[in-house]
Amino acid sequence: MPVDQLVDCDIHNELTPGALHPYLPPRWRAYHETYGGRGDGGAGYPKGAPRAARADAWPPSGLPPGADLEFLREQHLDPYGVRYGVLNCLTTACREQNPGYAAALCRAVNEWQVAEWLEKEPRLRAGIVVPYEDAALAAAEIDRAAAHPGFVQVLLLVRTDEPLGRRRYRPIFEAAVRNGLPVGIHFGGGRGRNPLTASGWPSFYVEDHTAMAQAFQAQVVSLVVEGVFEELPELRVVLIEGGFGWLPSLMWRMDKHWARLADEVPHLTRAPSAYVREHFWVTTQPVEEPPDPRDLLAVFDNMGGTDRIMFSTDYPHWDFDDPRRALRVKLPEEVRTQIFGGNALALYGLP
Amino acid sequence: MAEYARPADWPDVPLVDTDVHITPRSLAALTPYLPARWRDYVRESGVASLESDLYPPRSPLSAIPGARPADGPPASDPELLRTQLLDPWRLDVAVTHCIYGIDGIHNPDWADAMARALNDWQHAEWLAGEPRLRGSVVVAAQDPARAAAEIDRVGDRPEFVQVLLPVRMRAPLGTRAFWPIYAAAERHGLALAVYAGGASGNPITPVGSPSYYLEEYVGLSQAFQAQVVSLVCEGVPVRFPALTVVLVESGFTWLPPLMWRLDKNWKGLRREVPWVDRLPSEMIRTSFRLTAQPIDAPDDDPARLLEVLDRLGSDRMLMFATDYPHHQFDDPAHAAPAGLSAAAMARFLGGNALATYRLEAMSGAR
Amino acid sequence: MTGHVVGTTDEIGPGQRKIVEIDGRSIGVFNVGGRYYALRNTCPHAGARLCEGTLSGLVTSGAPGEYSYAREGEILRCPWHGWEFDVTTGRSWFDPARTRVRAYETSVETGYRPGPYVAETYPVEVEQAYVVVHV
Repeated sequence: MPVDQLVDCDIHNELTPGALHPYLPPRWRAYHETYGGRGDGGAGYPKGAPRAARADAWPPSGLPPGADLEFLREQHLDPYGVRYGVLNCLTTACREQNPGYAAALCRAVNEWQVAEWLEKEPRLRAGIVVPYEDAALAAAEIDRAAAHPGFVQVLLLVRTDEPLGRRRYRPIFEAAVRNGLPVGIHFGGGRGRNPLTASGWPSFYVEDHTAMAQAFQAQVVSLVVEGVFEELPELRVVLIEGGFGWLPSLMWRMDKHWARLADEVPHLTRAPSAYVREHFWVTTQPVEEPPDPRDLLAVFDNMGGTDRIMFSTDYPHWDFDDPRRALRVKLPEEVRTQIFGGNALALYGLP
Repeated sequence: MAEYARPADWPDVPLVDTDVHITPRSLAALTPYLPARWRDYVRESGVASLESDLYPPRSPLSAIPGARPADGPPASDPELLRTQLLDPWRLDVAVTHCIYGIDGIHNPDWADAMARALNDWQHAEWLAGEPRLRGSVVVAAQDPARAAAEIDRVGDRPEFVQVLLPVRMRAPLGTRAFWPIYAAAERHGLALAVYAGGASGNPITPVGSPSYYLEEYVGLSQAFQAQVVSLVCEGVPVRFPALTVVLVESGFTWLPPLMWRLDKNWKGLRREVPWVDRLPSEMIRTSFRLTAQPIDAPDDDPARLLEVLDRLGSDRMLMFATDYPHHQFDDPAHAAPAGLSAAAMARFLGGNALATYRLEAMSGAR
Repeated sequence: MTGHVVGTTDEIGPGQRKIVEIDGRSIGVFNVGGRYYALRNTCPHAGARLCEGTLSGLVTSGAPGEYSYAREGEILRCPWHGWEFDVTTGRSWFDPARTRVRAYETSVETGYRPGPYVAETYPVEVEQAYVVVHV
């Protein structure tokens, strides 16, 4: 059922060849056209569909799924009554091996997002794309781009070179806090540095997709245990497209072993689950589909409530959640309103 | 810590501890079981120890009080095992495993030699002398054909009940290259035990190496999740329907949400793994078992734990364990979920282990 | 049930499909090897327009690493999450007993006869062969 104030916390705006040219300085435009991207080795898992997209999301204009604003309005924003959509632009720019190129590309992506999306469609907001493997460059881009009110978060991808709690990434979180922005960590990323699992590379896309939740788990553990929230008590983190069914068991597991091993981490003044409750938000897609939908209620309960759960569709990807059909469990009206819009309005400060 | 013993109010049913560690006092304890060439190799290369570094010797998790013998690491003294574990818990059987780290050895021949030595050592110095003990066949997966040969060499000894591989491996466990190992295990009626640990050369989390031991230990559950997915998607339960996979010291509260996610993904992505011909969760219920420790749930809220068990969809999966000598619980009453029915409790304490392992015929009571 | 003319046989040739509205329902009409099948255009999973999905073959396997590929053009994959449906029965592949999409009977009629065939704004002529869906 459509909800009055639907906020879709995960929509993907896609680049097309040449889209960034107007936004790249000559030195990097030449580099882009001659050498192009490098640094996405290792993860060759063809997705379930071309461009990982819904088969019906290819615009009649001939642009690829997610690249056509008019079609986004027509197929998605208008029919579902989306009040706000948060764009998370998935691009290899953020993890290019050449840090100067990565920084230039990310800046260009952000300027493209402003000009071609945010300025044209008042319902849209976006995440600041940054070259996160070079924290200083990433922080600089955050400081530069945050001025535009259309940016509501910093965007990172979950498969990083090292766990995000490690000190090398701290300047990114400091910049986010400095600019009053949450940090969104989204499904995807990786550049061949770490295999998808602790035992190397699996064979099949279904394993790749399923394994993403484990990457999210490792990041939650790292951010909590490294004490990032002790250092940055205002930091808010959004886990985007990771699912959330695994979160309660992870909270319990962290708490159990922290209780035994607390002397290794004296900088933690509270149980790990307390940090999770206070600092993490999750988006709903890909929503869990337990055999008994009421088990979702138990998950919410074990997470400590429904105030950190934010609806998302992942438009235009194949594992899209339809706002009318996802979360097929009876929820009190006020909880439904929270999840489908209220929590996001509050987190992102949307009017 | 409360007295480390079987709680008095537990029913008088068979009790099988499915997660008990044993380890050599030192590398020197193994050298009598090595051929001369490798004995000299170890000495001349200055190899000091292959003890797993997953349990820092003095960390609070590594050993319950009193479990450190004077002359060796925790779990290196058979007599202490009797007096501290077998007797006070009145165990019918303790399923032991030795995680001495041969999986990190890159020389496949040395690794194989060490595996053989470990199997001969544990048989001679632990299993043969204590009828309550069973053991795990150590294999070097670096050369799967040789590992299969080792299983064939010792696999018919009734003291061995499973083949042991680490959760952190060089390649996912479902990989076809490892299938000779599973064929050999199935051939001999042995389970496949996947234990917490391993030093394979891959980063220990999917996003690199963490700073703290706490992260490393917690992160083991991510590795187990990936291995369950691998074994199912690669079709190991299909190809080896009689093989049971036992996850040892894995935790289990992560398993229901993993089953939901894998089932959901399989419905749309089945075509890439067409031999997975039924819901992955069904395969998991049929072919996987888990040892109970650590119980990753709040101690003070037994109802939540029971809900998790309910969502597993089977009361045949979980098996009692102490994880001796690790300090997983302060009160033995917490070693079993509270509120189980009598039938479920009997399965948990011993029935599921009796059904899983090739244990010698035991009378119904102890 | 009423028969609804949805097109001529020429229009929906082998391997082709046509999506029509009948009594407010969107229905996809498929020609598989010269025979016609009609399915409700709504995926039972999450409501996607199922009949706009990819038509493919059936991949089965007797053992890991072995593949059998048959029934090309008979398996409809939902354009969203890729669930597979047998076009000829409407049953899902992974759960044929309980997960299915409504399938409608079809017939091929030549000549024009007055009622009960309802041609929804579709011009009919005496000599043509028409595909009729019974709803």
